[in-house]
Amino acid sequence: MTNTLHRYGKAAGFEDDYILFAIPCKGKNDEEAVKRLKEFLEICARHHPVNMGNSTSGAYRPSQELHPTIHWSRNTKADYNGVIAAVEKIGTVAAVFSTRKKAEECLADLIEADLGLSINMSTSVEGAHRAAENCGIHRHSVEYSLGFLDPHDHLPNSQVLELSTMCGHGMVSFNLARKMLDMVREGRRTTDQAVATLARFCPCGVYNPERAKRLLEESRKRQA
Amino acid sequence: MGAIYVDSSVNRAKINLDECVECGACSRMSNETLNPHLVRSVRSLAKIFRFRFEPEPDVCPTSAFVIDDLPYPRIVRRIFSDPLIEHTSTGIKGRGTEEVKTNDVAHRVSVGEVGYVIEFGRPGVGVRFHHIQTMTMALAKLGVHFEGKNPITHLMVDRSRGTLKEDLLHEKILSAIVELKTTTEEVPAILETVEKVSKTIDTVVALGVSTRCDQTGNDPVLAPLLDDLGYDSERAKTNLGLGRVTNTRNGEGNISDEHSASVR
Repeated sequence: MTNTLHRYGKAAGFEDDYILFAIPCKGKNDEEAVKRLKEFLEICARHHPVNMGNSTSGAYRPSQELHPTIHWSRNTKADYNGVIAAVEKIGTVAAVFSTRKKAEECLADLIEADLGLSINMSTSVEGAHRAAENCGIHRHSVEYSLGFLDPHDHLPNSQVLELSTMCGHGMVSFNLARKMLDMVREGRRTTDQAVATLARFCPCGVYNPERAKRLLEESRKRQA
Repeated sequence: MGAIYVDSSVNRAKINLDECVECGACSRMSNETLNPHLVRSVRSLAKIFRFRFEPEPDVCPTSAFVIDDLPYPRIVRRIFSDPLIEHTSTGIKGRGTEEVKTNDVAHRVSVGEVGYVIEFGRPGVGVRFHHIQTMTMALAKLGVHFEGKNPITHLMVDRSRGTLKEDLLHEKILSAIVELKTTTEEVPAILETVEKVSKTIDTVVALGVSTRCDQTGNDPVLAPLLDDLGYDSERAKTNLGLGRVTNTRNGEGNISDEHSASVR
C-alpha cells in the first residue's frame, strides 16, 4: 500500500504535509496490536492533526440516510474520536499534520510511548530526515517516489493532480478535483466545504484538508 | 475512470461495465433516500424553467448505487481496486505489501539491496492485466526476483517468465503493484527497462524505490545513484526504526539487526 508516497508536487509544496502512520508486521508485532494502534491515534490526536484514519474510515466520512436540508447545513468538521473508536482490526492507522513542528512533537511522544509498532513518516525526503534528527532518532529505511511515467499523456494538469493524488488509492477522482476547483473559483462553495467533500472520499483518512485548502485558495487567487 | 455516464437515449445514468474497476467509491458516497420518481419530477420541472439546483456533489439522492456479487474473474477487479478489501494473499488492505514500512522488524530490504514498487494505472487511469504482464515479462528477462508476498506475484503462472493467469488479462483494475528486489548495481538496468516498457503500454506507471539506511540514518548509496540517473525524488516514505518484535506466542525474541541504529 503506497497510498501516501506519490503525492504530486515539489518538495517545497509538502511543507504543510506530514503524515505519520503506524503499521504492525504480521507475525512479528501484531499480537494485541489493536490497543497499541488506538494508543498511537490518541497520542496523535493530542497534537492537533488535520486528518486521521484507521484504514477503514477517516475523520471526514460520508453519511447515510441524510435529510434533504443537508444541502444547506453540511457538517465540515473532523471527527477524531470516531476514528479511534472504530479501530477494531489490525491495519494501518495514520495522522496528517500541517506543520513539521506538530509532527515532530507528536513523534517525540510516540518515541516516548515505545509502542513497538513500525512508524513511518511520509513527506518530503528532507522533511522526514530533519524531523527524525530533531527527535534524536535515525531513519531506518526510505522509499523514494520517482514520480509518474506518463508517455501517453493520460494525466490532467498539476492543480488537479495535486488535489487528487492526496488519496493514493485513487478514490478522489480527477473529475471531482476539477469540479471542486471550479466551484471554489466561481464562489459556489467555500474552500472548507470543498475540502470536506474531497476528504470524505478518502477512506484511509490520509487526505490533507489543509494542503487542499491552500491549493484551492492559490487556484482562486491565480484566476482573480 | 469515466465509467458512469448519462445515456441520453433513456435519460438515465448508467455504468460502463467494461470501464468500471469496481472500486466501490460510488457506493460509499453519502446518501439520501428520496423517492426516485420525486427526484426526477423535480429535476424535470427545474429543467423547464431553466433552473438548476446545485446539490452537495457527494450525495446520491436516491441511494442508487448497489454493490453486486461478482463472479470470478470480475471479482479480481474489486480486490485490486477497492482499498477496503483485504488481499487474502497479503493479509493487508490495498494493492501491495508492507514494503519497507515494516522493514525495521521484517528486514525485507537490507543494506546493499534495493526494493522496487512499480505501480500501474495510478493515478486515476486504470490498467488491464495484459499491460502489467508486458512489464513483468520484460523484467523477468532480467532475472529479477519478484516479491513472493505480492498479490501480482500470486497471479503469476510462471514467475521465471513473468506471465499472468490468462483469464485475467483483459480485466481492468484501478491499480496494481509489482514488487521486486535487486542489488544496487542492477538499479540502472531495472529503471531503464521500466521506462522503456512504460512507453509501450497504454497506462501510467508510478515508480518507487527503497533501501535500508546506514547506522547514522543516511543513505549514501541509492540517493546519489538516483541523482546520477536523473531522477528527482521530492517525496519519500521514511521508516523511523521504532518497530520491534513484540509477539510472544511463537517465542520469537527481537531479531538482531546488525545495521540497526540506536533509537535515541
